[in-house]
Amino acid sequence: MKNRNRWMLLGLIPFAVMVLAFQVAPILSMLMGSFSKSGGSGFTFKQYDKILHSAFYLQAIKNSFLISAYSSIVGIIVGLLCAYSITRFSPRIRDRLLMLSNMTSNFAGVPLAFAYIILLGNNGVFTLLFKQWGWSVFADFNLYSWTGLVLVYVYFQVPLALLLLYPSFYGIRDQWKEAASLLGANRWQFWRSVGLPMLTPAIFGTLGILFANAMGAYATAYALVGGNYNLLAIRIGSLVAGDIVNQPELGNALAVLLALSTLLAVFLNHKMTKRSLEFTSEYRSKPSAKRSRGRLTGTNANAGAKEEAV
Amino acid sequence: MTTQRKARWPHRALMLLLMIYLLLPLLGTFLYGFAKEWQTTILPQGWTLEWVAGMFQDVRFLEALWTSLYLCLISVGLSLAVMLPAVFVITVYLPKWESFMKGLVVLPYAVPGVVAAVGLIRTYSSGPIDLAGTAYLLIGAYFVVILPYMYQGIRNSLLTVSAVELLHAAELLGAKRMRAFLTVILPNIWPGIMISTLLSFSVLFGEFVLTNMLVGGHILTIQVYLYQRVAESGHLASAIAITYFIFILAISTVWMKLGKKFNGEVRG
Repeated sequence: MKNRNRWMLLGLIPFAVMVLAFQVAPILSMLMGSFSKSGGSGFTFKQYDKILHSAFYLQAIKNSFLISAYSSIVGIIVGLLCAYSITRFSPRIRDRLLMLSNMTSNFAGVPLAFAYIILLGNNGVFTLLFKQWGWSVFADFNLYSWTGLVLVYVYFQVPLALLLLYPSFYGIRDQWKEAASLLGANRWQFWRSVGLPMLTPAIFGTLGILFANAMGAYATAYALVGGNYNLLAIRIGSLVAGDIVNQPELGNALAVLLALSTLLAVFLNHKMTKRSLEFTSEYRSKPSAKRSRGRLTGTNANAGAKEEAV
Repeated sequence: MTTQRKARWPHRALMLLLMIYLLLPLLGTFLYGFAKEWQTTILPQGWTLEWVAGMFQDVRFLEALWTSLYLCLISVGLSLAVMLPAVFVITVYLPKWESFMKGLVVLPYAVPGVVAAVGLIRTYSSGPIDLAGTAYLLIGAYFVVILPYMYQGIRNSLLTVSAVELLHAAELLGAKRMRAFLTVILPNIWPGIMISTLLSFSVLFGEFVLTNMLVGGHILTIQVYLYQRVAESGHLASAIAITYFIFILAISTVWMKLGKKFNGEVRG
């Protein structure tokens, strides 16, 4: 039996080769590169030092951080309200609504940026329409600026937040609401002291995913503002694969920083998902727990898929 | 739940607003792709099929579509060939390694495309293995991108059909291990695998970052092509974006139908 099992290990070889070649080696190489001198040899912290002393790169990091934080927070608030709303519909309508939001989250990256250019760009349909109607509120709006970027980022965060959050609303039982109201709590008190605390792990977990998603987003910003707006992902792209200036070592160091921030955010999600499962599984009867877990992983895989397109 | 029968008006209003918000950009792109002239009115002033026709006469568009199609097919096929035996061996014979595998396989989720591209460029742009700008590099990168979906899909399918028990039964009846895998396990997990294959395919079809950074100047996929056309003609780019979207929609509809069918079968 032992010998036959050893023979089975052959099945792992192609997998190991592919993972080593295209996942492990690049990450190690990037780490090494970030500690190399410009030109590619030796060991130095100079690249990181350069970043810390450059207003330009610090601003890129700050911009990326702020846009990710803003869009995640707006995304999570809207997502939370909508997720609650969606659980109030009958399953048939709920599934349709979920399918629609799922569908729109396929619409990310270059096509999304493009759609916004058509609607709100310099010669966008709405831009011209508002101008004609004389709505001066929108006269200052510029899609290719900070506000425009936040607007587009929020668009791809909302469906993701919705898809990740709505299963956790099923962990809140109607019996609890009844119990709370019997004890004299109003709706607001129930949500403040029972509902929201129950949802907290799921909220922070989702926030982690949204943040990582926005930090790593490249295609949307690249298609919308090109190199004109100072974002971390865009800077890395132009340092490593740009046409004019190539400073791959510096790009590597920035990439390491970006990877650290997304890893941290995803780690937060991992911790919170664990806690959320502990939280809810105690209260659930077995079959329903199994089913909702299935649904959860389904949407997770699904929502995870969206990250790539951004 | 008593309130579930019919949602109350605030919920309906909120959902309506959400749907308008989410569907508006799509609708705008769609209309723009068929609009003759569209300025200063709510709806276009005239309709035309000129842009759609122009798109299909564009050789570069058709080539880009074809390139995307075959690159994605090759990557998904390769992933299937590599992952099937690996996940099978791990799940059935080496369950102790599962948590290690999980960590390895989840990593692409956490590492953004830009970062992955940076590492790949440094590893393969010079030195002993020079793959810069080739399809091999891109296929390798794609393999890593879809790693989580393929792993999860195959593993879940193996667990739902109780692969270990099935294998034991087949061996008791005298089947060789290889034969048992090919004739008993594989047909049983096939529907589940189709689902993750389709999902992976649609993920890769929408990939832009890696493609643009690794092979941008050499290989034209549909996403890179779309990016190049955005600046030129809005109407034509709209038509392309909508065609791309409908294509992705078709894939994901099939994916969801399959998922429902497969899960229904297992549960029922």
